[in-house]
Amino acid sequence: MSDFTSGFWSIFIASVTILSILACGLLLWFSGKAKAMTAHDNTTGHVWDGDLREMNNPLPRWWVWLFVITIVFALVYLALYPGLGSSAGQLGWTQINEYQKEVDKGNAAVAPLYAKFAAMSPEDMSRDPQAKAIGERLFMNNCSQCHGSDARGSKGFPNLTDSDWLHGGTPEKITETLVQGRLGQMPPMAAAVGTADDVKNVANYVLSLSNSPHDSVRANLGKSKFTACAACHGIDGKGNQALGAPNLTDDIWLHGYGETAVIAMVNNGKVNQMPAQAGKLTEGQIKVLTSYVWGLSNTTTTK
Amino acid sequence: MSGVCLTQRQQSEFPISTRQPTVIPIALSLDRGPIKPPPGADAEMVSLYEAHKKVYPRSVSGVFSNWRWGMVFLTQLVFYGLPWVEWGQRQAVLFDLEARRFYIFGLVLYPQDFIYLTGLLVISALALFLFTAVAGRLWCGYTCPQTVYTEIFLWLEKRTEGDRTARMRRDAGPLGWDKFTRKTAKHVLWLAVALWTGFTFVGYFTPIHTLGREVAQLNMGSWEVFWTFFYGFATYGNAGFLREQVCKHMCPYARFQSAMFDKDTLIVTYDEARGEPRGARSRKSDPRSLSLGDCVNCSLCVQVCPTGIDIRNGLQYECIGCGACADVCDTVMDKMGYAPGLVKYSTQNAVDQNWTKAQTLRHVLRPRVLIYTALLGAVVVAMLLSLATRTPFKVDVMRDRGAFARVVSGGKIENVYRLQIMNATESIQYFRISVSGLPGLILEPVENVLIESTQSRWVAVTVRSAYDVAASGSHPIEFQVTLQDGSAQVAEKSVFIVPR
Repeated sequence: MSDFTSGFWSIFIASVTILSILACGLLLWFSGKAKAMTAHDNTTGHVWDGDLREMNNPLPRWWVWLFVITIVFALVYLALYPGLGSSAGQLGWTQINEYQKEVDKGNAAVAPLYAKFAAMSPEDMSRDPQAKAIGERLFMNNCSQCHGSDARGSKGFPNLTDSDWLHGGTPEKITETLVQGRLGQMPPMAAAVGTADDVKNVANYVLSLSNSPHDSVRANLGKSKFTACAACHGIDGKGNQALGAPNLTDDIWLHGYGETAVIAMVNNGKVNQMPAQAGKLTEGQIKVLTSYVWGLSNTTTTK
Repeated sequence: MSGVCLTQRQQSEFPISTRQPTVIPIALSLDRGPIKPPPGADAEMVSLYEAHKKVYPRSVSGVFSNWRWGMVFLTQLVFYGLPWVEWGQRQAVLFDLEARRFYIFGLVLYPQDFIYLTGLLVISALALFLFTAVAGRLWCGYTCPQTVYTEIFLWLEKRTEGDRTARMRRDAGPLGWDKFTRKTAKHVLWLAVALWTGFTFVGYFTPIHTLGREVAQLNMGSWEVFWTFFYGFATYGNAGFLREQVCKHMCPYARFQSAMFDKDTLIVTYDEARGEPRGARSRKSDPRSLSLGDCVNCSLCVQVCPTGIDIRNGLQYECIGCGACADVCDTVMDKMGYAPGLVKYSTQNAVDQNWTKAQTLRHVLRPRVLIYTALLGAVVVAMLLSLATRTPFKVDVMRDRGAFARVVSGGKIENVYRLQIMNATESIQYFRISVSGLPGLILEPVENVLIESTQSRWVAVTVRSAYDVAASGSHPIEFQVTLQDGSAQVAEKSVFIVPR
């Protein structure tokens, strides 16, 4: 009931509910007392449309008890469950508890399945058809929203099927990424690099590292300025997985390809985040996902 | 029908004209004009409720009773028997709610096949309309579970407590050893049938052999226990105690069927012109000389009526059209040496205008009946066609929405899709996926896709196009999913997006 800023509506709703139930009881009591005029031929004397006569076909008396039961039920229900204004009810029932119970039940039901995988290495699991099928479904439900259904990512979201890893592609590193999430941070470097022209030169040098189309004169000029970048990306530009600094020599462009995109990156920097999955997925699920993701770029199966 | 209708007081639902309003109080006369408010002497003040008067239907035999028993056996043989029929390695008819697969003999249905249930319900509704328009409440009188189980329970009641008069006498008398044992025996039998019915019902959702083992070991699931007892209790209560009150006060079909009646609808009618004036007489005497009609006023038609009405008062909303009164009257007419059919299936027009059987039959084919038949035929044909041309798998396509498109090396454009492929057979299937719609589209992966029996799977596919093939924007494409042996193909539409 956090939607309401005062207790008024709670009291209002509770009063309306109680009054309505009492009114139902009152109506029942009156209808039990009431009598209807009925002629010898079982009509009430009411005529519509010229010839349509209203008959008196009384309801069996036991039917009234059904109405009484609904009233009793309503009162018992409102006492036990939330419903009367902001009253929480005697049983302390909440939707969140119900949800948690369902989740626990579901996890308990699949626990034996995951127990089987506990003793297996991620490498073996990636070849196990059952683990693969579970991993595929987990990926579809939890990862594909960013990394794509085919796990090949898109601009800003890394491709998981190639061997280019920002933070490392061993099963241990993948588990770490899943559990803790990752925060990729590239600070704006324009000031450290120099003038706008220097930035353009550095960008061309970066493009030259992967033999992408570039201006070789500018690339030569930019080489000396690259020292500002080398702290993270390394002297050779091959990146540093401990820092999450990408390899600039492999012609894989997570945040856009070409001179303009590289210049924008140097000027503005980038903060890119992968959310932690520890609270959402169980340990068993993370293990299966690890083996699935690892398997995407380490396929040894023959086609 | 007019909508004027209070909860406790209904108008007569089947208006019928009559020549003798004095003996047919529930009938409606067209030429009598609006009636006056009842004069004080005639009217009385009554409660809106009445104490329920128990109906003791007398057992009856005859042609309509035989029809009903035939339908009892037919429907219950199907209901009780079907869960025990095996089909290959499994139960022939099984609704697996947890896995959301519904097996009907060779068919494996998905929740996506719900349209067939809709079709079945439409067919049932139209069949009800058609049968009701032609011959009144046939469903109510012969095949409705309420009637069928009441018939079974009445038979058990007769075995244990005797027929109508014995039951009435025993109910009125004090509780003795005889009454106690007979009543106990009756309830034990009723409960046995009711629980078996509940067990059978659950057997459509849990394999009945498994369920049987669970019952024997007393480890049924909580829902199975609930539904066995709930369904059993409903059977026991409805067929043992509520009986005609379900039809009179609860059933919606009973009420809206009156909207399908017209004056050419077959109803159970009392031939008033022939029967009146009613009266007892000796079998040897000539009724004409006593100025009596053929009705001997034996009241058997009232005693056999499961809803406790007197059919001689004309058509009433309580009448479920079971024909018990027609059966019993024919046996009386036979004993008296009179012609049968004083109470019979006939139409209002036929009675009013003294039509012959042939004349009555000719009026069966009227617009209402023809329209119902045409609609029913159309839906049945459409349903059969749809089932016959059904592919052994289904496909749904969903575009990835995280990214509209991505540009990959070589300046190519990729869109990603998920194809949900549902195997609607009980064997492993392999599928080939292809795409068309733009020149030079390339689809990955190229391998055949394996789907386990009765399983569905999301298959992620990547569609690649050269950059200059299409203008930026959305382009319609089509996926073709083909069984490996080429015997069936499903095409599903989607779009390919080229970014600016």
